Amino acid sequence: MSVHVRVPTPLRRFTGGAEEVSATGGTVAALVNDLEKNHPGIKERICDENGQVRRFVNIFVNGDDIRFLTNLETAIKDGDEVSIVPAIAGG
Amino acid sequence: MYITGLVCRECGQEYPLAPLHVCDTCFGPLEVVYDYESIRQHLTRQVIASRPASLWRYRELLPVGQEPQVGLHSGFTPLVKADRLAAYLGVKELYVKDDSVNHPTFSYKDRVVSVAISKAMEFGFDTVSCASTGNLANSVSAHAARAGLRCFIFIPADLEQGKIVGSTIYGPRTIGIRGNYDDVNRLCSEVADKYGWAFVNINLRPYYTEGAKTYGFEIAEQLGWRLPQHVIVPTAGGTILPKVAKAFEELKKIGLIESGALPKIYTAQAAGCAPVIHALHKGADLITPVKPNTIAKSIAIGNPADGYYVLRAVRDSGGWGEAATDEEIVEGIQLLARTEGIFTEPAGGTTVAVTKKLIEQGRIPRGESIVICITGNGYKTIEAVAGKVEQPFLINARLQEFDDLYRSLTPPAPSRAGEAGLH
Repeated sequence: MSVHVRVPTPLRRFTGGAEEVSATGGTVAALVNDLEKNHPGIKERICDENGQVRRFVNIFVNGDDIRFLTNLETAIKDGDEVSIVPAIAGG
Repeated sequence: MYITGLVCRECGQEYPLAPLHVCDTCFGPLEVVYDYESIRQHLTRQVIASRPASLWRYRELLPVGQEPQVGLHSGFTPLVKADRLAAYLGVKELYVKDDSVNHPTFSYKDRVVSVAISKAMEFGFDTVSCASTGNLANSVSAHAARAGLRCFIFIPADLEQGKIVGSTIYGPRTIGIRGNYDDVNRLCSEVADKYGWAFVNINLRPYYTEGAKTYGFEIAEQLGWRLPQHVIVPTAGGTILPKVAKAFEELKKIGLIESGALPKIYTAQAAGCAPVIHALHKGADLITPVKPNTIAKSIAIGNPADGYYVLRAVRDSGGWGEAATDEEIVEGIQLLARTEGIFTEPAGGTTVAVTKKLIEQGRIPRGESIVICITGNGYKTIEAVAGKVEQPFLINARLQEFDDLYRSLTPPAPSRAGEAGLH
């Protein structure tokens, strides 16, 4: 499945400054691996050594935090909107 | 200015003093670094006492270099000795720190916003913004108006009317998002990235959060430079509790307080949105986000960015935490109003209700000093209690009718001193 992924400022040095990139994959995990293929180094920012999403990283699929879905196993379909966002501030 | 830079709270990477809030390496939050040795030499009790009654009396411990431009009357709110509430709860020494009367917008947010907007002006921003559950938007709008800055605020569309008008009156552009607070926040992260505005709780966050320390400094000063033994703080995004803990530590670090143990700190959340309480009670480090469902909208943050730091501060202090149901929250609001004449909003009702629970559970000893942290004003959230308070008795303007009514309202004989007047 091919989707657009919105990338936050701290990760744009891996994407050549692009704020949105394409990625393919049937799950969020697969998307992350695909991103790593095209933008080496990015996966380490998103996931820790155990392959889990880092504490201060949030990934949203169509506006839903993947922690409310099935985390990295969350399924992806064509046209889904994916956003990677650093920890959300309070107010 | 007594700050030397920013540092990542998680991995220690250093950054310059700029509008940054996220570590490039680990996405951890950035924090301001102070030169405590210098501050120790300059900030004494006498210097503080000589300054006006505002949060800026502690300015060396705040991350602002130039003369403060906003919030000149913010902070230094009353610390009320709450004897009637103490009697009702069966405790000896109880205080209420009352930010419901903070200037200019009646919530603790005036503290963090004063600092953030002063810093934004130092950085040369011309537009300030925020993602808000209400109190923050009120505060940002008011301070922006006073400073003559352009202002955009983002709120959940279903916010209480009082809070919406309480922002738009100051003239900002107000954007209502169809969604909950976490949705608003996520969008604002993206807008902040793209538009280059000063989002007080996003790209200005390391400076913004420092303002919350003044809440703790004041408690200590108002107790006569003494630390209380137990402090109960409401938790939403997790800003205030860790900073109140830090405030007490800093006072010791720079010698403003010499002796006495650091207080035990307790977190209070609404049962309908208690991700930190769940993690605390499970002994977990990782906070699982929740979907909020509570009348306490100002603390309805399902994914608290600083939740992890709340857990740490609570555990390090030997404190605990509890959640209050919506019903208990309303009772808490009423209890505080009827015993001490303070009308707080649901976040405050939550804190009162949780304090009551913690005392009943034996977690907070009855003979020790306790401070309940009130952070907002009940006049802004009338909807939460409107259906639950006593309605007026209706009579015509005839003395006889009043005589009859009065006779029929025989007050109950007080069975214990603390219950007098609480029918």
